[in-house]
Amino acid sequence: MSNEAVLHAPAGAGLHHEAHGDHHHEHHHETFISKYVFSMDHKMIAKQFLITGMVWAVLGGLMSVLFRLQLGYPEATFPFLEDLLGKWAEGGKITPEAYYALVTTHGTVLVFFVLTAGLSGTFANFLIPLQIGARDMASPFMNMLSYWFFFAASIVMLSSMFVEFGPFSGGWTAYPPLSALASASPGSGTGMDLWLIAMALFVVSSLLGGLNYIATVLNMRTKGMSMTRLPLTIWALFFTAVLGVLSFPVLFSGFILLIFDRNFGTSFYLSDIFINGVGALPNEGGSAILYQHLFWFLGHPEVYIILLPAMGMVSEILSVNSRKPIFGYMAMVGSLFAIAILAFLVWAHHMFVTGLNPFLGSVFVLLTLLIAVPSAIKVFNWLTTLWRGNIRFTPGMLFSIGFVSLFISGGLTGIWLGNSALDIHLHDTYFVIAHFHIVMGVASMFGMFAGIYHWFPKMYGRYMNNTLSYLHFWITLGGAYMIFWPMHYQGLAGMPRRYYDYSVWESFKQFAELNRFISTVAMIVFAAQLLFLFNFFYSVFKGRKVTSQNPYNANTLEWTTPINPGHGNWVGEIPEVHRWAYDYGKDGKEFISQTTPVGADESSH
Amino acid sequence: MTALLITAVSLLIFVVIFQISKASEYVAILKGEEHSRKQNNKINGFLMVAFLILGLIGVWYCNEVLYDKTLLPQGSASVEGERVDSMLWLTLAVTGFVFIGTQIVLFWFAFKYQENDNRKVYFFAHSNKLEAIWTVIPAIVLTVLVVIGLRNWFLFTGEPPKEAMVVEVTGKQFGWIFRYPGKDGAFGKKYYKNIDNASNSLGLIWDDQLAHDDLVMEQTMYLVKGRPVKLVIGSRDVIHDVGLSHFRMKMDAVPGIPTTMWFTPKYTTKEMKERTGNPDFQYEISCDQMCGNSHYSMKGVIEVLDQAEYDAKMAGQSPYYYSAFPDKDPANAKKDTVKLVAKPVEVASKLTAKL
Repeated sequence: MSNEAVLHAPAGAGLHHEAHGDHHHEHHHETFISKYVFSMDHKMIAKQFLITGMVWAVLGGLMSVLFRLQLGYPEATFPFLEDLLGKWAEGGKITPEAYYALVTTHGTVLVFFVLTAGLSGTFANFLIPLQIGARDMASPFMNMLSYWFFFAASIVMLSSMFVEFGPFSGGWTAYPPLSALASASPGSGTGMDLWLIAMALFVVSSLLGGLNYIATVLNMRTKGMSMTRLPLTIWALFFTAVLGVLSFPVLFSGFILLIFDRNFGTSFYLSDIFINGVGALPNEGGSAILYQHLFWFLGHPEVYIILLPAMGMVSEILSVNSRKPIFGYMAMVGSLFAIAILAFLVWAHHMFVTGLNPFLGSVFVLLTLLIAVPSAIKVFNWLTTLWRGNIRFTPGMLFSIGFVSLFISGGLTGIWLGNSALDIHLHDTYFVIAHFHIVMGVASMFGMFAGIYHWFPKMYGRYMNNTLSYLHFWITLGGAYMIFWPMHYQGLAGMPRRYYDYSVWESFKQFAELNRFISTVAMIVFAAQLLFLFNFFYSVFKGRKVTSQNPYNANTLEWTTPINPGHGNWVGEIPEVHRWAYDYGKDGKEFISQTTPVGADESSH
Repeated sequence: MTALLITAVSLLIFVVIFQISKASEYVAILKGEEHSRKQNNKINGFLMVAFLILGLIGVWYCNEVLYDKTLLPQGSASVEGERVDSMLWLTLAVTGFVFIGTQIVLFWFAFKYQENDNRKVYFFAHSNKLEAIWTVIPAIVLTVLVVIGLRNWFLFTGEPPKEAMVVEVTGKQFGWIFRYPGKDGAFGKKYYKNIDNASNSLGLIWDDQLAHDDLVMEQTMYLVKGRPVKLVIGSRDVIHDVGLSHFRMKMDAVPGIPTTMWFTPKYTTKEMKERTGNPDFQYEISCDQMCGNSHYSMKGVIEVLDQAEYDAKMAGQSPYYYSAFPDKDPANAKKDTVKLVAKPVEVASKLTAKL
């Protein structure tokens, strides 16, 4: 669909008449409900995703602080915990039930609700139309539904925390039979039903969003915006959406079978089970491993669904603030593509110790370690982008540099874990926790912070406070390393994940002091995130106002819109694009916007 | 009271930080935003290189403090595990080199190329040669790692040597059951619907003669130093995992699907007590797959003995069949042998009842 056609479609109707008014809220159709609640403006939906994601990030982060209290101070009691959690922390000590529920919900919420919905939901919505030159998404209505399905998923997930036997507590991967049998774990009762409903709603949300992002990127680019002129953010968000659309349905099918096993007496995943206190179950012939295949067929692409948007934004921010083109644009696109393809071919590396056929395992080793090649290309290209640049340390830039550092640190340990013979030793130990928290959790979080700081002026027409941002960055970077780096050593001692208490283990109890250290740092880092939140919300209302249309002197199209763009983004015609997004420092010019026609005497690259 | 105090102090710190930050924003506006932006840029540039140096010192210090607490100084307790360790060192060398190199480059570039009015940026959009170099070199290095890894992988997952003994390991919420084939060297058949916590914890089919001399034990598994052992692993309820970090081995216990793993213990438990200098040393079996609310306490013990001690130990065990049918026990007169077998089962059922 061309932009002209969109202009005449109902959602864009009336935009032509607005050529002389900057502020769209004068639009006579708009009410509070249609502007802030059931909004179809991609920018508002992005903010809805962002703020919902922030709420979940605080809850998920708080959960980690609570279970870190148990790990760091297994002997201590904290009376305030009883006030907060009631019977789940009788006498001020978190019970194992509550501990496992916290661990599980922390994982689910951060992977799906924060780093999937909060990250790609926010930035795909916000940046795709603005950077490709479109008035809105291909289907603003579907886009709105996408958010509200996410909201519904959030409500259901939240409600699962208040049921009698607690929320689901079998780990975020929800492996059956544990997740299928309420008799094996109390959290696998009503809590698990709600968990599954929440996740099903989440899958719907993510598919509605993803299809929309793909359709928008493919069909709604402005005149002159060929695919190879797209900023890398858009390429990354595009591949993310493709990954999600192809893999979430597989997860969904896995969940459907689980729902059948739980409620309708089927035996897809269940076989040969005797539960203490219940006796032998009638189910025979199922395979518990089948679920793991279905789960990780999403589960692994999910890692890249989380990581790719961060990579895209970091590429853009590094280039803008180095005042230099991104190095190797085509290689960056190619490596994103390679990662997206490989993401589908490596899922069984999560299953090396399940009794997988060794030959199959060896294929997955090869494909897994192959991912290191495109990842290496990306890292070296980022480093070369900094080389001989003129770097401005905006908060967004700091977080981007932090992202690269964390991506290197966490990515390299992937080479350990991807090699099955080493994985046998390190699987399900703290080494794995360190690996994926650094490379996926914290790195993507850094990508998200980078995006928020960088595009905040575009989102709200105001600046965030720089001093607070710098503090936030340095505390978080140092803290993240202090929390997760020592965990490699715990992993090298074979210390297993998901233990409530290590004090009875002769092999693992030597880390009591370290656990206390990690817990303390975790609390400080969590407090620093509150600093960020305060900065964010304060600046939304009281921040310094943006006075220039293009505060970073950046090339991309979002900086050609008004400071506070209305629904439809551009006043009048959508600008035409004449070049790629990375002409920084070319021919002695500081920057050349994508909308500037190519001059006759301009050098080519 | 302390909680209140901590909250109050934290709030105070927040307010102070916020006020300072706000003030610095006003000062920036007064002094000229461009000027203060450049000043901040210099500070952050300096912090970049400071972070690099402090970070590298931190990495060194962390290693200094924690290395001795890992399993690396004592080495692998199984013959096969030595390959894991040597692979680990090689991988560490490769990734460690890349880690230090790229982190230094990253933070050094950030510091060195910080904004400077006199610098003219170098327009450098791509270079096929460079990109080819850093595609090919990682590919070659990774190929080496993959080849070494896969050779070990096929050894670990392949067939054990013929002289290997076989032990069956069954996980349940929340403990381990071990079964030895007994004198005939073969396991009797079992069916999960026969399971009965009191007398038949594995659901052995008593009609099968092979089951009659099977030995069943809980909590402790006995192995022989220097003799390869193949574990046949299963689960009675949910997925568990036999984690043997000292031997560098690990395998899931999946209900309905038997899995295997094998290794050769190198040191007896007694020798390990001396080697580690820890009189309480035990080879612990940790459950490494989330299996329920008492996952963290699902512990088993492996006791590695030399052949003579092992033979003596096993001679004292009476087949599980006799604890299910005490009247069939030819040695029924000697009550104490029966007791020996029945005892661990009793303890186990008490334990499960408690859970």
